[in-house]
Amino acid sequence: MRLIMKKEFEVISKIIQNNKRVLDIGCGDGTLMEYLKKNQQNDVRGLEPQKNLVQICISKGLSVIEGDAEKELAQFPEKSFDYVVLSQTLQAFFSPDEVLNQLLRIGKQTIVSIPNFGYWKVRLHLLFKGTMPITKNLPNEWYNTPNLHMCSIQDFVNFCKKKNIRIDRSMCLTNEKISEITNRNMAYKNIFSQLGIFLIQ
Amino acid sequence: MPSLAGLFFCLIMNSELKNLKKLIVNQSLELDCGKTIKDFPLAYETYGILNKKKNNAILAFHALTGDQFCTNTNPITKREGWWTTAVGPGKAIDTNKYFVICANVLGGCMGTYGPTEVNPETNKLFGTTFPVITIRDMVRAQKHLIDHLGIKKLLSIIGGSMGGMQVLQFASLYPDLAYSAIPIACSASHSAQNIALNELGRQAIMADPNWKKENASPDKGLAVARMAAHITYLSKKGLQEKFGRKLQEKGSLKFSFDADFQIESYLRYQGATFVDRFDANSYLYITRAMDYFDLEKQFNGSLSLAFKNTKSKFCVISFSSDWLYPTTENKEIVIALNACGANVGFVEINSDKGHDSFLLNVPEFLRTVSEFLNSTYNEINNEKRI
Repeated sequence: MRLIMKKEFEVISKIIQNNKRVLDIGCGDGTLMEYLKKNQQNDVRGLEPQKNLVQICISKGLSVIEGDAEKELAQFPEKSFDYVVLSQTLQAFFSPDEVLNQLLRIGKQTIVSIPNFGYWKVRLHLLFKGTMPITKNLPNEWYNTPNLHMCSIQDFVNFCKKKNIRIDRSMCLTNEKISEITNRNMAYKNIFSQLGIFLIQ
Repeated sequence: MPSLAGLFFCLIMNSELKNLKKLIVNQSLELDCGKTIKDFPLAYETYGILNKKKNNAILAFHALTGDQFCTNTNPITKREGWWTTAVGPGKAIDTNKYFVICANVLGGCMGTYGPTEVNPETNKLFGTTFPVITIRDMVRAQKHLIDHLGIKKLLSIIGGSMGGMQVLQFASLYPDLAYSAIPIACSASHSAQNIALNELGRQAIMADPNWKKENASPDKGLAVARMAAHITYLSKKGLQEKFGRKLQEKGSLKFSFDADFQIESYLRYQGATFVDRFDANSYLYITRAMDYFDLEKQFNGSLSLAFKNTKSKFCVISFSSDWLYPTTENKEIVIALNACGANVGFVEINSDKGHDSFLLNVPEFLRTVSEFLNSTYNEINNEKRI
């Protein structure tokens, strides 16, 4: 597993309190779920579109449903989870705003992480090479990237303000180091962070 | 002489069926139709050994034409058990590890109370005078078997097609009697299309002049019913790949109504062999039970209420090419389980083999079942250690 993801999961699992109900959207092979279940006694569920990954989760004893978040989230009752987690997937949806609305409806609190398009390497790539940025965290070409709606940390914060979404915590990952984002350091973090992690409701 | 085969079948069956393992349920069971049955036989089979804690038992429910012999050789039909691909030593449902129980459903024809049994009041075979039964009746009858075996909680309940319906009904009736539940390729209520297909089979049986005649059986009708049903168990792609337009005898068409095409011959064979092992009236009763199944209606239109109290962990499985119980219908179950906060996982297995996939060697499917059971088994045994 890539170091940045490991760090990200570390941040997310610290935010989540023990013995709570958690829904992990796009749970992959269930690494985060497994950690939360074993170490924090969380009651975890997952949603994952890739069959092979769902099968891996089921073999680990994790309750994961095969399905696409853009279609499947409506079935979950309001506030049926203490936390809903969406790790680095928001930008891959056709309608990120609608998915976010569903997350906020289902979860008492929602944790969203986004790869930061305002990261300095991304900016420099476009500025000097004049081609779509390719970084460690964004490894695909423009024609095969799953990311349809890239945004920066600043974009996401602006979006939350516009939609009256309350941000309870905002954190970022910079070279595998974890730090808090504040109003004062926002412009700086928006340049030097690879990943933003937000606790919203 | 189509009726002779059936007659022969009845005579042989009746003498051999007496030797099958049976529980005589001496409590009364009030059926959904209003009638009450008592002191009725429930034929069953077990595989593997029940451990000391009695926590390794799996109740497997059979589908429409199955029976209690889910693996090894069926001593009556001399054919391989219907789920030999999945049940056995070292297989997905590993009988070295688990104690597998399988009972012939109420209305069946392999020793359990059904139309081929003698009505004690008239001393004649029940035939169509047997009461109409439901999936819930079948499940309630099998609960007696679990009690009889002294099992407080099953490791899992599992079944495909009508077996899956029994899983859902069991989980709903007894919310704390199974650690896990695996409904496969099924539905919480029979669709109009499925009712229509079953009706087609029943009409074929009832149109046979031998139906309801003494000392005769409607073999032609039953064979046609089976042929029609068999098509629904396969996928268009699977049929095309296996048979295409291949001819039975190489060369040219015969310009007759004999079986020119291999698919015709295959279906005729399926129909002809089926009547040797199955009773036409059982076919009527069991298809009726499937059609009447509507778990949603049992709970006034809310399927999630059916699972409100469930403690079981579910793993719902569907197959991509199954058009009889398509993924969408299996997903209805998942949605209902999610709506009531139940513990549920779901996966659609890619397979070209249609509805029958759950009976065939589909490695992805078997692996999913094996690993889900294994994780459940480990979970409950770790829990106990703490």
